[in-house]
Amino acid sequence: MVAALFKNDKAMIWVLVILAVISLFVPLCNLIFAPGSPLYFSAYTVSLLGKYMTFALLGMSLDLVWGYCGILALGHGAFFALGGYVMGMYLMRQIGNRGVYGDPLLPDFMVFLDWKELPWYWYGFDQFWFAALMMVLVPGLLAFVFGWLAFRSRVAGVYLSIITQALTYALLLAFFRNEMGFGGNNGLTDFKEILGFNSQSDSVRACLLMASGVTLILAFLVSRWVILSKLGRVVTAIRDQEMRVRFLGYRVEMFKLWIFVFAAILAGIAGALYVPQVGIINPSEFSPLNSLEIVIWVAIGGRGTLYGAIFGAVLVNYAKTLLTGWMPEIWLFFLGAAFILVTVLLPDGLLGFWQRRLQEQKQ
Amino acid sequence: MKPNSFGWYGWAMMGLILMLPASSSGQDSASEAAFSAAVANLKSGSMKERGLAIEQLAGVHNPRAIVILQALLDGRLFKLIADDKLVIGEEVDAGYKLFDAKNAESLGTVDRSATQKIYVTNNLRTSLRKIIGRLELNDNDAGVRLAAVKAMGKAVDDESLMLLQKHLSVEQDKSVQKAIKRILGLEQLNSADKTTRLAAIELLKGQANQNVVNRFNELVDKDAEGHYLEADSDVRNQIKTALVKINTQLQVYAAIETLFFGLSLGAVLVLAAIGLAITFGVMGVINMAHGELMMLGAYTTYVTQQLMPDHLGLSLVVAIPAAFIISALAGIVIERGIIRFLYGRPLETLLATFGVSLFLQQTVRSIFSPLNRSVATPEWMSGSLQINDFLSLTWNRFYILVFCLLVFALLLQILKRTRLGLEVRAVAQNRTMAKAMGIQTARVDALTFGLGSGIAGIAGVALSQITNVGPNLGQAYIVDSFMVVVFGGVGNLWGTLVAGFSLGIANKLLEPYAGAVLAKILVLVFIILFIQKRPRGLFPQRGRAVEG
Repeated sequence: MVAALFKNDKAMIWVLVILAVISLFVPLCNLIFAPGSPLYFSAYTVSLLGKYMTFALLGMSLDLVWGYCGILALGHGAFFALGGYVMGMYLMRQIGNRGVYGDPLLPDFMVFLDWKELPWYWYGFDQFWFAALMMVLVPGLLAFVFGWLAFRSRVAGVYLSIITQALTYALLLAFFRNEMGFGGNNGLTDFKEILGFNSQSDSVRACLLMASGVTLILAFLVSRWVILSKLGRVVTAIRDQEMRVRFLGYRVEMFKLWIFVFAAILAGIAGALYVPQVGIINPSEFSPLNSLEIVIWVAIGGRGTLYGAIFGAVLVNYAKTLLTGWMPEIWLFFLGAAFILVTVLLPDGLLGFWQRRLQEQKQ
Repeated sequence: MKPNSFGWYGWAMMGLILMLPASSSGQDSASEAAFSAAVANLKSGSMKERGLAIEQLAGVHNPRAIVILQALLDGRLFKLIADDKLVIGEEVDAGYKLFDAKNAESLGTVDRSATQKIYVTNNLRTSLRKIIGRLELNDNDAGVRLAAVKAMGKAVDDESLMLLQKHLSVEQDKSVQKAIKRILGLEQLNSADKTTRLAAIELLKGQANQNVVNRFNELVDKDAEGHYLEADSDVRNQIKTALVKINTQLQVYAAIETLFFGLSLGAVLVLAAIGLAITFGVMGVINMAHGELMMLGAYTTYVTQQLMPDHLGLSLVVAIPAAFIISALAGIVIERGIIRFLYGRPLETLLATFGVSLFLQQTVRSIFSPLNRSVATPEWMSGSLQINDFLSLTWNRFYILVFCLLVFALLLQILKRTRLGLEVRAVAQNRTMAKAMGIQTARVDALTFGLGSGIAGIAGVALSQITNVGPNLGQAYIVDSFMVVVFGGVGNLWGTLVAGFSLGIANKLLEPYAGAVLAKILVLVFIILFIQKRPRGLFPQRGRAVEG
């Protein structure tokens, strides 16, 4: 059955092999070999790669809605951030009485705000299974409600793009408020341990990279399966000829809704994997600029291939790491230029461009 | 004469002055001599003579008299030890900066030891305050008189009450009259006579003044022992009726103020959105760099102000066309360079213009630094129109409201009356047909985009007057202005106007209950839900153009 997933696209196998090598080989080497050995990867490299893996998953989830369904969602970062907040809440509860104020139940920021009780929506987050459930449910539910309203009333095109942006903007403003009970401006941070292990230790970082890589590979396979299923075929048809699909009797809004919810869940999982690796989640993750950056990853890599988005996410973020370390002021120039050049000159992204070049050479 | 008997003497003097009209020119030389003599007497050693000199000075009706007396009161009046001259000193680092007491002529700066301070006793100081108040009460400027009345109202005594009572009969200015009546009325509330108190309530009941409201509230309240401050129940009832009336008045003022704040916020939104209504509404182009074009306009204002720092008002007037031209040129470059390759691909246009916005932001950040720049506000735009204690409207917001309406009217006229406007509407309705009729659509596209962008620049000029100018200025408005356009209905300028003002007012109405951030979120959520219900906004475009 797995073989059927790779039909017509051999490049996919290579992508998966590379991902598998990175997510297994790098963390193992980090743990086995001593510093100085040629096969040693530093803790910095491990956590950087772990971050890239979650970004790749996020980019791929946007590719499902944008590349396959033609919905340019400018608020996809909101689902990522929500997943991150869910994980953050779990990690916050794990601190227990080791916080600055030593309160066994309330996180530090609540003690600081002089709250007496844990708000009801913080219940249950001390259990990992509950938090894991919420990582899927919260972004999925928001996407379901929002998508149900939007697609049913046939909000489409740029209107949809703008209201998705408004959605993440509204959430940004909301999460900045201290009264929301999510730490306001500072967000959630100072995590101590995850599943009982010290979240700062090398082995946990290696495990997180492994987990992110494996999740990415699994998500890739599932997404590929969804795309090849009937749902995926109708969704692709909607992208190309929405009216015709509607006239053929398909309920377009339902197909859009399911692919949107599926993508939101993947984004939420990506966010949940991201937070323990960077050790903080704050409202700036909701900023519209973040969501637009996801769009540019996908656009640069190439839409509608899944691995194009993975490639784009890693490439752009690697460029970001390099540029912000080298000349921070040049990063926005680079990003701006990337937006303009890709849309005007490379509508299929870098991978699409290469594939066309290869085909031309063959002929 | 004992110092404390000075009171009745000064009194009589002032009474005399109040009766007399301004001194005629024939008496000039005589009064000049009296003024000089009085000034000379101030230097005299004994306090008694100094007191007399003060009275003399108050009597001569010379405009310098108030200045000298005020300086004496503030301890800024000195005698130069070298030539015995009377001077007014201002403290500076090196000593005192001196001015001739008689004619304000500047005498340079001297060391402290070269001067001798003219002292006054506490008794004299009290009478000085009153004399200055009285002199100011006769000033030709109604503003000075009003200030004097208000100053007297802060510490009322029998003398000043009688003085005010007398002055009321000759006072012409309405607001000064009102202030005097208020002080007299507040005082009469304490009278032992019931009819006087009732009359005082009658006098005060229309006045929306903090002191009046506070006093009324005190009077109808019980003190610590459970007695009413105002013993008579008739009077209390009268006060209660008056309070109800004043409270209704206050609610009206609060409503007016909310409306004004809402309208001014709406004006900002409309200014920000109206350029977008052209590019997005008429041309169907999503321009994410719109906010950055506004930012360019704001920075243009900043630069013009740096170029002509001495003419604040003029620089603002110059900045309007300058900002229009710069933003319009930037817009035309964007359209010719990028957008024209992307017509018919709205999502790509959105992304490309977003790239432009990042580029412009970083350019400005590199040139002007990432810090906020503050643009000065000319004097006629700062401050506020104080209508009464409870209602004041800030001038800058008022001017922005007017400015917004002007820009809107102008834009409407351009679209309706000019050749360009006709062509713009033709292309918007049916591009192919317009082309067939000989309209150069490419040129029209560039000009339309330039027009929309130029208006964004003008909006930036207005924004620079109410917020700091920084590289992120545009970002703050982009989501809001899209919301306004979409809410109002794409392709409809009137819709944008109505939507902008109603969102502004809605925001300000919600703010007292929900707080600023939550109000904004509620409005956003409302629009998101509204678009679900009516995807084409408040005033949807009808006809064939819609589907194209």
